[in-house]
Amino acid sequence: MSGLRGKAAIVGVADAVSPTGELEGSVRALEVQMIREALDDAGLTIADVDAVFSNLSAGWAPSMELAEYLGISPRWTDSTQTGGSSFEIHVEHAAAAIALGLCEVAVIVYAATPRSSFKRGAGGFASRQSSPGPTPGAEWELPYGMRAPMGAYALAASRHLHQFGTTSEQLAQIAVDTRRWAAMNPRARLQELITVDDVLESPLEASPLHKLDCCLVTDGAGAVVLTSAERARSLRRPPALVLGTGSCTTHAMISEMPDLTTTGAAVSGPLAFSAAGLTPADVDVVQLYDSFTITVLLLLEDLGFCPKGEGGAFVADGVLAPGGALPANTTGGGLAYTHPGMFGIFLLVEAVRQLRGECGPRQVPGAEVALAHGSGGVLSAMSTVILGTEATA
Amino acid sequence: MTVIPPPEDAPERFRPPTSPAAEPFWAATRDRRLVLQWCTACERPIHFPREACPSCLGTDLEFRPASGVGTVYAVSTMPKPANPTMAGRTPYVVALVDLDEGVRLMTNLVGPHAESVVIGDRVTVAWEPLTDGRHLAVFVPVAPS
Repeated sequence: MSGLRGKAAIVGVADAVSPTGELEGSVRALEVQMIREALDDAGLTIADVDAVFSNLSAGWAPSMELAEYLGISPRWTDSTQTGGSSFEIHVEHAAAAIALGLCEVAVIVYAATPRSSFKRGAGGFASRQSSPGPTPGAEWELPYGMRAPMGAYALAASRHLHQFGTTSEQLAQIAVDTRRWAAMNPRARLQELITVDDVLESPLEASPLHKLDCCLVTDGAGAVVLTSAERARSLRRPPALVLGTGSCTTHAMISEMPDLTTTGAAVSGPLAFSAAGLTPADVDVVQLYDSFTITVLLLLEDLGFCPKGEGGAFVADGVLAPGGALPANTTGGGLAYTHPGMFGIFLLVEAVRQLRGECGPRQVPGAEVALAHGSGGVLSAMSTVILGTEATA
Repeated sequence: MTVIPPPEDAPERFRPPTSPAAEPFWAATRDRRLVLQWCTACERPIHFPREACPSCLGTDLEFRPASGVGTVYAVSTMPKPANPTMAGRTPYVVALVDLDEGVRLMTNLVGPHAESVVIGDRVTVAWEPLTDGRHLAVFVPVAPS
């Protein structure tokens, strides 16, 4: 018998169909209408929703884009796409998440208008492109020529510098310290040590960010395998136990980010720490998605390693470097190790290797608790995973 | 309303598509008018325009004239063009502007003083013509009084 039995329920439903075979309105309008009607049916409102499931959108991140459209910041986001069975799988994921307390109110939605779109000569059956309407990014951001993605992070950095007096030198220190880790990793793309001046003298990419504030573009690949803790104990390697997790999406476009100096990590971090029964002081090594130096700074603050606005001073003395109090991005990170576009898998791989003690010269001695934090989109989707050795169980 | 022609040697900007919910917004730009979508139930402005209010999911929405004045929230200068349509404009300034009505939008700061604008400065809308008769809302510093 499943441990999830009876732990979650469907409490509201809606559908829209017509004998004509056609519906009025865009796919987005229909999605919103269905969500509203299903919530009404349940006696809930959009403010209650903390989990969003969607398998299709005009862009690349269906559930994240839908949440932006709905104006909510869910802590469970799920764009699992398996065609017609997507929604049953969504129910399974939602029930598991609800049973575990990872979310409370989940919305699963679907709308498509292939018949009316086909009549209008607007594309084929299976394609979301058959729906009217461009991506919001094409309409509201693309015309302004923001360099992607660094322009979005540059806007956030500009705000942090303005609001808290953070300096470009402090941001540069993150790249300098990360490179010191890379220098100990023979597989890192960039292994030469650099200085703060090197960063500041590298070409400006989008003010205030310089080239050496930005991650690499490389090939790369990775994978991780999970099983039950019980089974894990009979396998070849020491387990890295999942002690706590948390997630939050706040926007899809940078112009929709509620506050450019506070990311969804301010939600995902406390959720993960609470689940793990730990605090930032308990973490031995962190892997923080370093798409840009400003990303690391924001994550340090939002995850609680230092107070909001004090990230600049926190990193200024090499705290993240080898021998520092908070060893960070011990591979050399996206800034110097590898960055194929979506770095999150490498954060997990290195966190596990650190807990196993496999990292050779860059090993953090006695690492028992590791935190891996992924950032997706343009500071849009945040997810925190806290892992521990058997000793932390 | 000020018209800011594109640089002479610049290619045509990326022409934004028009989503169904935003048709009145773009139509108003033909007359160089900035309008905002409002939810009549919440009495709150909405940007970008949607099919439903992102606060209450209500569909009682209408477009109202906007002040066109706001405050720079974040700013970044692009030393290189983001794509070929922005060639001939570098360096140019991308900004997020908080309109006085309470919504934030992405834009360019333009004109001779664009690069000296800092966060917190007051700016006002100006219009760059698009080749299809619409205009793109860009911003210039509010003249000191």
